[in-house]
Amino acid sequence: MADVVPAKIIVPQATTVGGEPTNSRAMAEETIAFDVKNFSMWYGARQALYDITIRIPAKKVTAIIGPSGCGKSTFIRALNRMHELTPGTRIAGDLRLFGENLYGSNVEPTVVRRRVGMVFQKSNPFPTMSIAENVLVGLRLNGLTQKSFLRQRLEESLRMAALWDEVKDTLGRPGISLSGGQQQRLCIARALAVKPEILLMDEPCSALDPIATAKVEELIHDLRANYTVVIVTHNMQQAARCSDKTAFFYMGKLIEYDETRAIFMNPANPQTEAYVSGRFG
Amino acid sequence: MTAATDTFEPSRAHQIWRKWKSRGMSVFLGVCAVAVISPLFLVLYFLVSKGASALDWNFFTQLPKPTGEVGGGMANAIVGTLMLLGMAAVVGVPIGVMGGVYLAEYGSDRANYWIRFAADVLNGIPSIVWGVVVWALLVVPFKTFSAYAGGAALGFMMIPLIMRTTEEVLVLVPQSYREAGLALGIARWKIITVIVIKTALKGIVTGILIATARIAGETAPLLFTALGNNFWNHNLSEPIAALPLQIYNYAISPYDDWHRQAWAGALVLMAMILTLNIIVRVISRGHNKSN
Amino acid sequence: MSESTVLPETTPLTTATSRWPDRSFRWLAIGAAAMIILLIGLVGWQLSRGAHLAIAAFGPGFLTSSNWDPVTDEYGAWPFIYGTLVSSLLAIVIAVPLGVATALFLTEMAPLKMRQPVVTLIEMLAAVPSVIFGLWGIFMLVPWLRDHLFQWIAHSWLGYLPFFKGPIYGVSMLAGGIVVAIMILPIVTSVSREILRSVPNLQREAAYALGATHWEVIRIAVLSYAGRGIFGAAILGLGRALGETMAVTMVIGNRPEVSASLFAPGYTLASVIANEFTEANSDLYISSLFELGLVLLVVTVLVNAAAQLMLRTLTGQGMGKIK
Repeated sequence: MADVVPAKIIVPQATTVGGEPTNSRAMAEETIAFDVKNFSMWYGARQALYDITIRIPAKKVTAIIGPSGCGKSTFIRALNRMHELTPGTRIAGDLRLFGENLYGSNVEPTVVRRRVGMVFQKSNPFPTMSIAENVLVGLRLNGLTQKSFLRQRLEESLRMAALWDEVKDTLGRPGISLSGGQQQRLCIARALAVKPEILLMDEPCSALDPIATAKVEELIHDLRANYTVVIVTHNMQQAARCSDKTAFFYMGKLIEYDETRAIFMNPANPQTEAYVSGRFG
Repeated sequence: MTAATDTFEPSRAHQIWRKWKSRGMSVFLGVCAVAVISPLFLVLYFLVSKGASALDWNFFTQLPKPTGEVGGGMANAIVGTLMLLGMAAVVGVPIGVMGGVYLAEYGSDRANYWIRFAADVLNGIPSIVWGVVVWALLVVPFKTFSAYAGGAALGFMMIPLIMRTTEEVLVLVPQSYREAGLALGIARWKIITVIVIKTALKGIVTGILIATARIAGETAPLLFTALGNNFWNHNLSEPIAALPLQIYNYAISPYDDWHRQAWAGALVLMAMILTLNIIVRVISRGHNKSN
Repeated sequence: MSESTVLPETTPLTTATSRWPDRSFRWLAIGAAAMIILLIGLVGWQLSRGAHLAIAAFGPGFLTSSNWDPVTDEYGAWPFIYGTLVSSLLAIVIAVPLGVATALFLTEMAPLKMRQPVVTLIEMLAAVPSVIFGLWGIFMLVPWLRDHLFQWIAHSWLGYLPFFKGPIYGVSMLAGGIVVAIMILPIVTSVSREILRSVPNLQREAAYALGATHWEVIRIAVLSYAGRGIFGAAILGLGRALGETMAVTMVIGNRPEVSASLFAPGYTLASVIANEFTEANSDLYISSLFELGLVLLVVTVLVNAAAQLMLRTLTGQGMGKIK
């Protein structure tokens, strides 16, 4: 597909162009968190995603990049069925979470969302709750109320979000009394407290300053030991820094999906190359 | 400025006329504004001057004396009003708040249009009509005037008010909180009650207080439901006294002493309503953005 | 499975979670909203049912007959319809110009610091209950009218008009109109204010640019643009005026007669129901009162609906401020 011959020969890794693995030996070694086949989505009459096929590995960080309106936010919301908030959306195709069909007829969206957590672009801690209450709200409202268990989870989640040391003495203060960067980490702690297997992050740093951003990126790096992370970002340097695999979306289609190094150093598709070298978007 | 016969130049005199006319109108508008506010001062002045002198310990602790006798008080009417307000809240608050929840969280645009329209219609029903309807509904079948009937009539009147104010504040809660709740896998009804309503609680409470202040002074719906009572009410299925009723009955009576007590009762009633309004303002202050 | 060890992360997607809490909550909300519609139906139904006897007995002639005689069990609604219409129209005639003028004052003229206190005072006026206005009316307004204003009018050139003839009791149609006017001033003023505020500044600027004086700007750019909205505010005020009961009952005189003079006592639909309902001793009597209530309901609902429609198309949404 490329009309430019790469200057170096790359040792074959799990290269995919358009999502289909061309090297199955490497693929067999990883567990697949999301197995997406021919997935499309419509908002009413308008088609937003065209035939996406992609296999997102577990315990790795996958970044989704692309210009505005390319469908990356739409896609990530399909991974925890959040698009269903908007009336009139329709999907087609197959989307599996560790082998289970996410859109099966017996599947409860609330269970999906407990296993697939989400952090949003703008931090949104609940204003009437303290820091501790914010972190624990997902557990409490799902019926888990034993105090010792909650205390343990509270510390665990705040430590994972690299926030424990900063707030351990002020857990009763309102969640919104924290700075922007701290609030976002609080939202990450809140999402982690219910121990989801997957953490979806929709442009989590776009409202943060560089220092706060660096902290969150460090966090993402550490999360990969226990969680699968899918992060949407319009910041390519961030994708290059944080992720293991990167997917490039454009106009609702998946253009290229590969190891991050490959996408940024040696993209196979000319559109990808144009985007990552800054020529458009 | 030469006034040629075929130019548009307006005469000096006309310019001056226009200027003074404008000034005159400004004064006139100011006078109108004063005229509009003055009844308030007139009423309050008389309430305080005539009512305060009649207020004494007896007024708050004694029952009305038999017809024609001097003295006595409105203790039962004050307590009766409080009881009726409580009963009205039992009817009006749940239905009003849940109706507001429907409009803000569940309703489609079309359904909401008609429900809001219906609420406006309900709000415009004259209070005397409510009295007649509740009489037919709750007094006739049970063959007795009752506090229940009075509370119900007042409660029905509260419903559209509370529904509208609840909807207004729920809609202001940012969508991102609902999304965050959903993303945690929390059930929808819990999101609405624990997160959305809690965030909007101040506004909902002020709406309830405003509605309460509105119906606290209503007399017409009580005329044939609660009816009024010269003694303490011991059973909610019996008639009950209420401040507005007592004020009305005393005011139209021929006895001077009762007139005096009517002013006192009016002062107490006005004080209750003003207190509710002040509480509303105090609560809203930390909460109001722009106006 | 004890509570503390059920960890959400291993729950299969097809785990049955009960939909009942969500469903019942939703049905509660739907039920509450449906109650509104139900209540309207209930009101209409009860009134029609109660009025049935009188409707059958008197037919449409009920509305035009002036014969209200409990002794002979004959009833006619005309004096009350007349009284309601006249007192309400009087209230509009007094309140709308004053209310619009005040609204103009607040939006176009008053310095910013003066606005909030005046608005607050008007809101306080709205908080005064009807019965307290009635009390003030009986003991303060009516004697003053009887001894001063009405005398002055009767002895002036106005006294030649048929509206101001006849004996002066104080309690009168005009007293009723004045008291209701005071009570509807807040809503007329606040709605007019919203209408005036929605006039785009561009209109005012255009007029200023032509060299108009302040008043001319108001007249040309603001009032003409807002004309329809102000009409809607007036209709809304009318809707409120029609339903006023207590204050009117206490100052209007409560005599079922139809007279051209505004000094004469009158009787409104709401007042007669308030006064005579508990004493009605025959089925036909009660039924006639129900029919009066039905007439009042229909007229009020129609007027309010007309006002809402008019205002909704102008401000683009329903009237949030219900007073």
